[in-house]
Amino acid sequence: MFSNTPTANQAEQIASPTLSAKQLIKTYITGDVEVHALRGVDFELFPNEMAVLLGASGSGKSTLLNILGGLDLPTSGEVFYGSQNLSNASDSELTKFRRDHVGFVFQFYNLIPSLTAYENVALVTEIAPNPIKPEEALELVKLGDRIHHFPSQLSGGEQQRVAIARAIAKQPDILLCDEPTGALDKQTGILVLEAIENINRELGTSTAVITHNTVVGGMADRIIQISDGLISNVTINQKRQPASELVW
Amino acid sequence: MVSLSPLDKKLFRDLWRLRGQVIAIALVIGSGVATLVMSLSTVEALQQTTQAYYQRYHFADVFAYATRAPERLNKSLSNIPGVQTVQTRITEYVTVDIEGFEEPVIGQVMSIPESNQPLLNKLVLRKGRWVTPERSDEIIISEPFAEAHNIELNDAIEIIMDGNKRRFHVVGFALSPEFIYAIGPGALMPDDKRFGVMWLSREVMEAAFDLDSSFNAVALKLMVNARLPEVLAQIDTILEPYGGISAIGRKDQISNWFVMNEIEQQKTMATILPGIFIIVSVFLTNMVLSRLIATERTEIGLLKAFGYSSMQLVWQYTKMVMLICLIGLIVGSLLGTLFGRLNSEMYATMFRFPLFIYRPGITSFAVSGIISTVAVLIGALSAVRKAAILPPAEAMTPPSPPVYKHSLKFNSHFSRWLDQPTRIALRQIGRWPVRSFFTSFGIALSAGLIIMNVQWTDSLDHLGNVYFYEAQRQDIMVGVPNPVSMRAIHDFENLPGVMHAEPMRFISADFKVGSITHRGAISAIEANSTLQPIYDDANRKIMQVPESGLMMSTRLAEKLGVDVGDSIWVETLEGKRKTFSLPVSGVFETFIGLPVFMDIHVLNRLMGESPSFGYANLLVDPAAMNQTFTALKETPKITAVMLRESALNAFKTIVVEHLMVFITMFVTLAGILAFGVVYNSTRIALSERARELATLRVLGFSKGEISYVLLGEVMFLVVFGLPLGCLCGWLLVLSMANAFDTEMFRIPLVIEASTYGLAALLVIVAATLSAAIVRRRVDKLDLIKVLKTRE
Repeated sequence: MFSNTPTANQAEQIASPTLSAKQLIKTYITGDVEVHALRGVDFELFPNEMAVLLGASGSGKSTLLNILGGLDLPTSGEVFYGSQNLSNASDSELTKFRRDHVGFVFQFYNLIPSLTAYENVALVTEIAPNPIKPEEALELVKLGDRIHHFPSQLSGGEQQRVAIARAIAKQPDILLCDEPTGALDKQTGILVLEAIENINRELGTSTAVITHNTVVGGMADRIIQISDGLISNVTINQKRQPASELVW
Repeated sequence: MVSLSPLDKKLFRDLWRLRGQVIAIALVIGSGVATLVMSLSTVEALQQTTQAYYQRYHFADVFAYATRAPERLNKSLSNIPGVQTVQTRITEYVTVDIEGFEEPVIGQVMSIPESNQPLLNKLVLRKGRWVTPERSDEIIISEPFAEAHNIELNDAIEIIMDGNKRRFHVVGFALSPEFIYAIGPGALMPDDKRFGVMWLSREVMEAAFDLDSSFNAVALKLMVNARLPEVLAQIDTILEPYGGISAIGRKDQISNWFVMNEIEQQKTMATILPGIFIIVSVFLTNMVLSRLIATERTEIGLLKAFGYSSMQLVWQYTKMVMLICLIGLIVGSLLGTLFGRLNSEMYATMFRFPLFIYRPGITSFAVSGIISTVAVLIGALSAVRKAAILPPAEAMTPPSPPVYKHSLKFNSHFSRWLDQPTRIALRQIGRWPVRSFFTSFGIALSAGLIIMNVQWTDSLDHLGNVYFYEAQRQDIMVGVPNPVSMRAIHDFENLPGVMHAEPMRFISADFKVGSITHRGAISAIEANSTLQPIYDDANRKIMQVPESGLMMSTRLAEKLGVDVGDSIWVETLEGKRKTFSLPVSGVFETFIGLPVFMDIHVLNRLMGESPSFGYANLLVDPAAMNQTFTALKETPKITAVMLRESALNAFKTIVVEHLMVFITMFVTLAGILAFGVVYNSTRIALSERARELATLRVLGFSKGEISYVLLGEVMFLVVFGLPLGCLCGWLLVLSMANAFDTEMFRIPLVIEASTYGLAALLVIVAATLSAAIVRRRVDKLDLIKVLKTRE
């Protein structure tokens, strides 16, 4: 078993992880084939923490993220948000959990094409309990000047930053990013990572980023490597590297 | 064993994957085919059945009447070139006394040879036997009449013949090809309770009506090459000295005329309604297919990259369309045959055909098949073309995100009140205005179809009310066999219960203007008549009886091409057959028939007769109605009794009840149409926007909320489609009213608010139903899978 303890400078928060998962197992049955996506994963995500989940395609990292974000239920094992057990939550409880506490960023942005940048963010602020203003969220990702553009009028990096603004506008407790730079070139990718880094620092949002790019691990407090449905290694960065200095 | 090519396998799997939409399109195509097959096969069945009936029972080609013609004329009539068979006979109207039935009943007695069937218009003996030559008290009565009064074989009925009450024993029930539509004198609709046809032996008739070795009616069969107008003219010449009334061909024989009129109406139905269904299926196929091809760009590009030619791809999608069409054809043919059978059987029951042929020929199906396949292929054309011209490289890159623009309305103050999901729904409509319009238009057409079919009852209720309550105010109309002196009106006024009586006359006449001739009748009344005045049905007001000229229905004036002030040549067809020219003093709108009115005194003078009348309109004290009936039954020489109330009931039963079945069928099909349109648009929208909806779910929107994003769009389109549907309905009703504008009927354009309401309700139900089905799919949306796939 590898240590899953937080870094020393976050020792004061040991007692209360934002999210914790115990012995997660997820098995998909596709046709006649059983796919063991997760085979017993323990994981905790702490307040203010930036965690990077590294793994090859098919390692199970997306499955883990989906379960942590309340998009999917484990076959066995438990997930807790604070004291709330998510592993036996109903569909509407999961919806409420996502609505109130989780921000998502996807590889392909998933903006609503018929809504402007501002409206894509407002989409979330309208239903969240304690949101910041959409324009503020867009300022945070440095898109204050493009708030009335439609997705078709924005570049890929800009679209992804709108997606980040949309994810953080509700002031979520957890920000989950699935390959946020996967569809972007390097320079744009860095811009997007900077935006995520900013949010983590300024709002103190617990952040988990999925990537297959090892370089991205440099900006994390903790790097969790996943392979074949298990956590294979956990590295703690004593000093986080600024996203702007990442090179790949 | 035949192995399918990979493309064919793909085709079948695609069809299976899209089965919901395939079924919805097929249903719409099927509805069109069903209406077409139903109408065409009904027309076919009616034509074949009447044809067979006429042939088997020797329905005559020509009918003529006289007052008293010697039997020896039989030979002269037979000698007219072109005449094959002559059957002279005697027919009279009589009053029938049915025990336990208060109202007077009018019978038409017809002579038959005493020991065998007549040569023409043979009877269909349904029950019992023929009359016996030596017995003079045996009678055969029409089957519907017997059923209406529960008369059994061997029951006795009493008939007042030429002033004498006589008792007959019923020995048989029969039907006749000349009374398919058995209509009493002065009546508009068949009423088996108050009018019945009966047959007595020629001997009995001759004795009863003092017509020894004479006849007053004749039926003739012509040879195939006979020239009808010349034969008619010769018959008229022969019968004229004997009080002959102008001979008529089969086409003007009243029963046949009604039957042919029904067939004509079915033909009109066969053109308008299926047309609408087919138009809708064209645009539905276009919509579904072009959106399907848009989602299959990658696969199309891949196939092209492998070396499949554009033509192969065109053929691939053409096959798909044709398969969908085939399903529609099968469903539609089955449904159409079922409806056609029901519809034809309904007619067969109404007309009491003794035989019934429903063998829809290949033509109905072939016509429907070709029309719908061609139409649907046209609908698919542009979509298929789009697939074919896609260059492989471009096809394999995903389409760029759809471009949305700010439209003015969203920048207004109003937009601040819209939440984002509503905004998504509205922008979606704004982004694809044509597609949205077509969806709304499809919804509108379904609503329009429902309105068009349901409003029949509105129009006919209106027509019935105007015709039977406003235009006619008499309770009873009584007819006498020969015109009686004007003073006799007091005899009617003196009948128990009668409060007021007014004289009336009907004279058959030809109206001629230049080369146009119309055969009709003059209705003559006294000035200031109130019981059956000249009534303008459209403007709902009583018109003055002109001092000397004619008041005619607008439709007849149009037919003759005359205006007020023009003169018309009138040739009367009764009595001394006087001819005269009369000016048109005015025109008025009517819903039924082509009436022509004039002053009764002027008419009598022109006819060279003393003041006389043939009909009396009676206003009766409702409390004393039964006394009036009893008195009328005892009155000798009454040939016609029409009760307004029962005429209205007969009208309602026959027209409205028959229509209800028809309406139900079409409303069902229109409902299917609405369902098909909404289901298809929603289902396609779902597959196009699955990713967007899944994103919203991830962002924390509930199932209900994302359903609103998807179904909200449909809701707006329905909301937009409904008023458009009311407009469509109105236009369809207008076109239908024009199509049904016959000499017999003009259908007033009346659409009640409740009809609009019902149509809206049914469309909303159909839309809700299809939305509910799609909603179930939204609920089952696999968030993870949808998010993983690159669109």
